[in-house]
Amino acid sequence: MTKLGDIGDIGDVQTILAGEGYVCGRALGTALFLALRLGRPLFLEGEPGTGKTEIAKAVAAALGRRLIRLQCYEGLDASSAVAEWNFAAQMIAIRAAEAGGHSDSAALKNHLFTDEFLIERPLLQAMRPQPGGPPVLLIDEVDRTDAPFEAFLLEALSDFQVTIPEMGTIAAAEPPIVILTSNRTREVHDALKRRCLYAWVDYPDFEREAQILSARAPELPDQLSREVVAFVQALRTEDLFKKPGVAETIDWAKCLLALDAVALSPQVIADTLGALLKYQDDIARLNGSEAARILERARSAIAPA
Amino acid sequence: MHEYPDLELPDNPKLALNITHFARALRRAGMPVGTGRIIDAVRAVAAAGFTSRTDFYWTLHAACVSRPEHRAVFGQIFRLYWRDPRFLEHMMATLLPAMRGLNEDRTAQAAEKRAAEALLDGAEAPDQEIPEDDGDALLEIDASATQSARERLRSLDFEQMGAAEITEARRMLAELTLPVPPLPSRRMGTDARGRVLDAARTMRLAMRRGGEITQIARRAPRRKPPDLVVLCDISGSMSQYSRMVLHFVHAVANTRADSGAGARGGWGQVHAFTFGTRLSNITRHLATRDVDAALAAAGREVQDWEGGTRIGDCIAAFNRDWSRRVLGQGALVLLITDGLDRGAPDALAAQIQRLHLSARRLVWLNPLLRWDGFAPKAQGIAAMLPHVDAVLPCHSVATLADLAAVLAAPAGAGEKARLMRAR
Repeated sequence: MTKLGDIGDIGDVQTILAGEGYVCGRALGTALFLALRLGRPLFLEGEPGTGKTEIAKAVAAALGRRLIRLQCYEGLDASSAVAEWNFAAQMIAIRAAEAGGHSDSAALKNHLFTDEFLIERPLLQAMRPQPGGPPVLLIDEVDRTDAPFEAFLLEALSDFQVTIPEMGTIAAAEPPIVILTSNRTREVHDALKRRCLYAWVDYPDFEREAQILSARAPELPDQLSREVVAFVQALRTEDLFKKPGVAETIDWAKCLLALDAVALSPQVIADTLGALLKYQDDIARLNGSEAARILERARSAIAPA
Repeated sequence: MHEYPDLELPDNPKLALNITHFARALRRAGMPVGTGRIIDAVRAVAAAGFTSRTDFYWTLHAACVSRPEHRAVFGQIFRLYWRDPRFLEHMMATLLPAMRGLNEDRTAQAAEKRAAEALLDGAEAPDQEIPEDDGDALLEIDASATQSARERLRSLDFEQMGAAEITEARRMLAELTLPVPPLPSRRMGTDARGRVLDAARTMRLAMRRGGEITQIARRAPRRKPPDLVVLCDISGSMSQYSRMVLHFVHAVANTRADSGAGARGGWGQVHAFTFGTRLSNITRHLATRDVDAALAAAGREVQDWEGGTRIGDCIAAFNRDWSRRVLGQGALVLLITDGLDRGAPDALAAQIQRLHLSARRLVWLNPLLRWDGFAPKAQGIAAMLPHVDAVLPCHSVATLADLAAVLAAPAGAGEKARLMRAR
């Protein structure tokens, strides 16, 4: 549990994240350090399964802040991202007022549009003071939304305030730590990126992936773990339609554990390939001999020189 | 910027006449300069009272240019017009080889040819009150630059579209607007006949009546315009067709919402890529600049023009690097190529199939269809054919008009059926 003020340099960022089981490279650590230091949103873009969402969870846990997640989807609009009115409760209140013979409509209006009937959604929650300091606001897969929502988000993130038509503007006393992620299924508008610090989250190298795997699947034997990482690393150099991410590596390792495999063999790989590759074209490419060839390459890469 | 001799124009009606002629030249080059603009320009020049050519230039620029993509055209026309008339003739003769029936080595700048044509077309050499040049002014034309073969390969300038064609194409396109059926989106909008209750709005309406609910506000899914992705083959034989289609797309994409055609002429995002031996993304060039300039920029990047097209490799590059990024929202893909690929047909077929699976609709524009009885005998074409939704010719404005009709029909397939039988 670290205070934001205790983070003095990039190494500290890597250290506190490592404490949460997140192995963070220097480039990403730098971007995150600067985002925390400058109070700017951090925009993480990269292939699916490279640990973009995980970093927000790790930051929240390390700083002891609340994590508020806004999962984006197509058609997300401002009201479902900020706040909605509890229509049913309002109806009941109106009926009760009628039954009680109160017909003062102005008073009723003031009563109906108060916090009592407000259902707070992630963006508004992030503006509210939270225990442990300003929360970490994760805006996940922002590329799934559309241009109008992006424009709305731009406004909300530039001055950390949101407007509810019936109540007025609510500003954050202390701005939240904002992390946006994108899988690049669409080019997010430049204006939004300009407000943020940008980091491209790439596939990790051998050493870092081995560290991640040992943090995430500690029960895996060392030798098998090295083979798994070397095989996935070799696989990423092939011309595949969808390269496996770190999440797939971890999944695959867990599959191998479940099958009690002690070492990789072409047979085991063929049986479990669905955990690594999600396109039939890619799986067909890796028929028996091809998988064996890549396995040989992987083994020679980790063989002690 | 060259140093030009000072332009001393006496205060006489000739100046107004000259500016009028100049404005007409701008108009012929496709810039929207109306009579109001001309009056403004004359007034501006009178008000600004210039002593140098630069002041004069920017005064007219302020009065006549309203969009960034017109700056290049304006600059060219200005340079040609406010100059010694003899030079003007000389310059046009250089820029329009057809006039003299020979080919010049000099490659024209983008927009230069259009400027020259606009001036030439009915420019009854107006009286120009320009003092004689004192001889050492820069009237030399660098026509001696014989570029080395490699350089020519690298920076081959596309055959430029003339002003008349652009004007005509624009006129045709203004009538076409490439209508496209909108897609249902997940975003909800107010709709009196919608099926979903809009609780918040119902409550707001009720509050106006003291809490009495008299009407139920409803919502329904909105519709959104589909995205468009254009893949243009710019290898030697294809470049002029790609240019035409790009002009078309550029005009469509830059149609303002207030022209009654909806946002971007009914399209969402418009992305454009060129490929010859390499794939390059020219979306950003297209957004602000002239099509000629965008293609010239792409042309400089294209290596070895005569090396033939590597369609399969370029489509593979698109599938790998771009397809998820620009086809995610249900985009329509226009593929403009003759399909004469030198690679293995199986690999090409696999890549086209992958493209087809990621796009909402794949429309292939093939200029070879301009010959009646064209049969897809080439291996590459036969391999691509089963994986596209529609095949159309694209060698004239009229065939591009047919494109609009095919896009508007959900199942329009152009000449695909005939070609499939002829395989």
